[in-house]
Formats: sequence, structure tokens, C-alpha cells
Amino acid sequence: MSFAISKQGEVVVVDVEGQLIVGNRQELKQKVLDELEKGEKKFLIDFSQTGYIDSSGLGVLVSLSKKIREQGGELRLANLNDDLQTLFELTKLDTLFQISDTRERALESF
Amino acid sequence: MADSHVALDVEIPSDVRYIDSVVELATRKCRELRLPAQKCTLNVRVALAEAISNAILRGNGDAHNKHVRVRAVVSDDAVVFDVVDEGPGFDLAADRPDPTSPENLEHEDGRGLFLMRSLMDNVERFQADGNVVRLTLRR
Repeated sequence: MSFAISKQGEVVVVDVEGQLIVGNRQELKQKVLDELEKGEKKFLIDFSQTGYIDSSGLGVLVSLSKKIREQGGELRLANLNDDLQTLFELTKLDTLFQISDTRERALESF
Repeated sequence: MADSHVALDVEIPSDVRYIDSVVELATRKCRELRLPAQKCTLNVRVALAEAISNAILRGNGDAHNKHVRVRAVVSDDAVVFDVVDEGPGFDLAADRPDPTSPENLEHEDGRGLFLMRSLMDNVERFQADGNVVRLTLRR
């Protein structure tokens, strides 16, 4: 379980490798908040290598979305597999986030 | 009554770092039992992670000297997971805000029990040598 941060143009890309759950959600939150504090405004979280997300992981995404928006920034999500797509639909969080099928489409959407 | 057997019986320290290993063990068991793929990779994983997380953080109050037991009993028609903590339990029937309603959508918390109920066919809570949350998933 880890988070890899890279930069593609003006966009901070976070790859979630493994699970996003109660045991590691704070690590993701802190990494994104650190980038936000440095002045970054555009964020993409890529779930292509993610197994599952629990309610606390979803909660962190909601919290980050609010904080980024409050700073005048934007957050996009990409590459949800079928399980994750179902999870976002069940919780109606698919209506809260801008979700793209691929990283390329998400990057183009900023 | 259908024949049943214990497919999983583990006890872990009350520490969130142990959740994923138990969840992955349960997922492997589900695959061995030839449950539909999404029931293994979504329903079991997420609902069980929620139940164990609740047991550690709320039931046991995040006290690392306490323990959580996870047991799975399989029958011809269902898999039943019992997650047992050392706490006093909680009221499963208590009114809780709907996390999917527009006014609650941006709340960080409040989706755990909702997910367990959405992903399992039945969720029960009772006392039996500890506080038990029982998750039933039909095959």
C-alpha cells in the first residue's frame, strides 16, 4: 500500500497502489495537503492500481475535494475499475467527483 | 439445515494495520469457494474491512492490547462472517443519516454501516462472548 506522486504539466498525479483504507488514508491526505500548501492547484488521483477503498478512504477523498476547492483548485479521479465504480455509484459519490475512464482523459479535462 | 463448515477463524490484535491481511485471506477463501468474482473483490472486501475497522476503533476503542476475532462459516447457500470485539456493542437499529442524500454527500464520515448493509444480504449485532457483528452473504 503506497502512494506515488508525480507531476504531469501543471497537474499533481497521485497513484494509489494497493488499498485506500483506514490504515493509510491519513498518509494520502497529508501528501495531497502538502502539495496544496506548496501552491499546487490541479490534482488527479489515479486508481488503476487500487484494490479496494473503504468508507474512511472515501471520506478522505470527500475531505480533499472540499479542501482543494476551497483553495481554488480542482480534483479529478481516473481509472476506477468495475468494483470501485460500483462503490462510487452505491454511495452516490459518482455525482460529487469528476471521474474519467483514463488518465489521459482526466488530464485533458483540466 | 444445510451442511456448514468453518472456512476461516483468526484473531488479530486490535490494530488497523492488520485489517488488510484478514480481508485478503477472506477474499482468497471466497475465490476458493467459487463465489461470483465481484462478491469476493467488492462485497466481502469492503463490508468485512468496515466491520473489522468498527470493531477495532469503536468496539475496542483503538486499544492495541485488545483483540478482534473474525470467523467465517460456509454453507451451501451462504457465507456468514462474525466479527467479534471486546466492546459493549452498539444499536444497529438507531436512526442514522442517509449518507447518499445531497445534504450529507460531502460529510467525511457516516458511510461504514451503509456500505455493510448495501454489500451484504443481512447485517446483525448481538452479544455472545463479546460483541458480534454478523454479516451474511448469500452465494
